[in-house]
Amino acid sequence: MELSGAKAFIKSLEAEGVNIVFGMPGGANLPLYDELYSSNIRHILVRHEQSAAHMADGYARVKGKAGVCFATSGPGATNLVTGIGTAYMDSSPIVAVTGQVPRAMIGKDAFQECDIIGICTSITKYCFQPYSAKEIPETVKKAFYLAESGRPAPVLIDLPKDVQQEIADVEFPELVKIRGYKPLIDPDLDQVKNAIELLLNAERPIIMAGGGVNISGAFHELQILAEMLMIPVATTFKGKGAFPEMHPLALGPIGMHGHAEANKLITEADVLLAIGSRFSDRSVGRFDEFGKGMKIIHIDIDPAEIGKNKQVDIPIIGDVKASLRAIIKMLPNVIKKDNTLWLKRVKEVKEYYKDYIKDYPRDVTAKKALKKLREVLPAESIVTTEVGQCQMWASLHFDVIRPGTFFSSTGLGTMGFGFPASIGAKAAKPDVPVVDVAGDGSFNMTENSLAVSVLEELPVIVFLMNNASLGMVAQWQRMFYSRRMIGIDLKKMPDFVKLAEAYGAQGINAESMQEIENGIRTALKSNLTTVINIPIDPEENVLPFVAPGTGLNDMILSA
Amino acid sequence: MFSIISALVENKPGVLFRLTNMIRARNFNIDSLSVGPTEHSDLSRITITMDQDEHMINQLVKQMGKLIDIVEITRLDINNTVYRELALIKVKIKGREERTEIINLTNIFRGKIIDISKNSIMIEITGTKDKIDAFIGLIKEYNIVEMARTGITALARGVKSE
Ligand SMILES: Cc1ncc(C[n+]2csc(CCOP(=O)(O)OP(=O)(O)O)c2C)c(N)n1
Repeated sequence: MELSGAKAFIKSLEAEGVNIVFGMPGGANLPLYDELYSSNIRHILVRHEQSAAHMADGYARVKGKAGVCFATSGPGATNLVTGIGTAYMDSSPIVAVTGQVPRAMIGKDAFQECDIIGICTSITKYCFQPYSAKEIPETVKKAFYLAESGRPAPVLIDLPKDVQQEIADVEFPELVKIRGYKPLIDPDLDQVKNAIELLLNAERPIIMAGGGVNISGAFHELQILAEMLMIPVATTFKGKGAFPEMHPLALGPIGMHGHAEANKLITEADVLLAIGSRFSDRSVGRFDEFGKGMKIIHIDIDPAEIGKNKQVDIPIIGDVKASLRAIIKMLPNVIKKDNTLWLKRVKEVKEYYKDYIKDYPRDVTAKKALKKLREVLPAESIVTTEVGQCQMWASLHFDVIRPGTFFSSTGLGTMGFGFPASIGAKAAKPDVPVVDVAGDGSFNMTENSLAVSVLEELPVIVFLMNNASLGMVAQWQRMFYSRRMIGIDLKKMPDFVKLAEAYGAQGINAESMQEIENGIRTALKSNLTTVINIPIDPEENVLPFVAPGTGLNDMILSA
Repeated sequence: MFSIISALVENKPGVLFRLTNMIRARNFNIDSLSVGPTEHSDLSRITITMDQDEHMINQLVKQMGKLIDIVEITRLDINNTVYRELALIKVKIKGREERTEIINLTNIFRGKIIDISKNSIMIEITGTKDKIDAFIGLIKEYNIVEMARTGITALARGVKSE
């Protein structure tokens, strides 16, 4: 077929089933946009390319398929970087498409030239730069295959402008092969057998469910396994919601701001089943202390995660879902496992910590606000978060009911992720309410996406816990820097209700628990983009707190 | 432990950058790296040596395995591997006597004299790292002007049974 590179590109996207892209045009990707004009693919015009990447990421996390974002060369491309890095750290599949200066200009410091492949190599699974129009369909196919298969990740396609314009006789392959890439899906059954034996003989087994459970969608399998063997389930923060958090076996997230009972119990376990987790420092604290005297089974699709941060006893390399299925299938028919003592201990610890952490003495607190949000929001709603105290409060006080409905920038910890990601999530699942649990500092970073949410009719709720400060940094300064407070005061700026209204969104001030409840209900009923501004005290801390460089057992429980 | 990692990689632009960039980003410390063509025009061989603990070496192999352009990766069994390095050494000489001494030394190490002038001599020597180190240790007593070493390249002995 005689086509331009740009047309071949858009056709290839269509062939991948793409029906939405988030982006911003510029000189170097105009040919692509010109082809988008005559395509059915929906274009969401962003106000900053960082948000385009976060939207594609949010979309991808909800859909389980790659999200696509477009940017022009130079500054458009560099603006994507934070979003690509965020997706990379959280293993989220996005295909980022950047314009590039014409081939003959590459390397000449041309206007708006930048070596985006050099910049993005460490934060992508692969970067492509097709050097002729002919290569485009195969490149796109490979990009989606790499992004979505194995351990998902961002992939970049950098398209020189003249390659977009070049007319060539192009063919569209059905299948592509990459000889250096062979993701392992099915686990080694000998290791599965070993794992089962260890689990059946454990006295105090515990599951640590990581983000891999969410990515693999292995919710059902996880629940079956936990219930069959009566093993309590902690999650990492990235794994939050992989297991219904109101389930009697649920312990909630472990980690720096994990649930006290989860942190405590995981240090008491004798066998740990870590599923789709990379043992991040935020989750496990000190690597050398974590897991002492414990046997560890580690399921992960990425062989390089085995032994990276933590030596383990039984590695199972494979897709989480396939691996859990294999375990379940090989479990003896009649399992008589007596975990009574351990489960009694679990209950005891849960009870112990129930009221251990004193509520912050105010009428409106972050904790109460989030409990209220949970109460009012339908179970199937999707929640994203910003970064900081707001995020950790959400982890602690907002219980996920339906697995796979909670998304946060857990690896890179990117302020400004939550709001655009919520818009991407809404695009992926328009029929459920989507809420961004936000802090004022983070919301400031990408609040211009209000325009996108309103104009593109992708209404989301920004649940803004406004402490007029960079709360998490303030907490560290209070706790570790003798209250030498600097660079944290946001001085109640701006007026978020007016800001919302300026963008044509709904702004609601909620200063009491009743107003918070009303605000959520109004937002849900109106189906409009809504910012619920909830003033909270700047001194409320996130507790418990495992200080960096210490073990999970060293929790700070009161300030 | 001294280890040699041998990888067959796609012969195309950017591959070496991806590899070295990963090595830098993940804070690995390698001793040598050499690249060259193979019997297949679309594949190159990269040989890396590293003297680190087992854990580090395993991690490097796994992280290399993740690179899309690396088609095949093996950790060579040192006892069953031939590995060689080539060094070119230029030495300034004062007189005949020195020249003779250097030529003798070179012969003992089965090196070659590949360039000679009135006041300098260039030696080519191949072998294991230890052999070359030992040779350099001796030749150091003279006036080494310049030196270039290739880094190690290696192949496993025998033929893999298919
Ligand atoms: C892009 C970016 N810059 C800086 C930081 C460091 N940081 C972590 S939390 C935080 C404060 C977040 O403030 P806010 O969004 O208001 O949330 P709060 O902690 O007050 O709930 C900062 C500055 C970050 N995580 N991301």
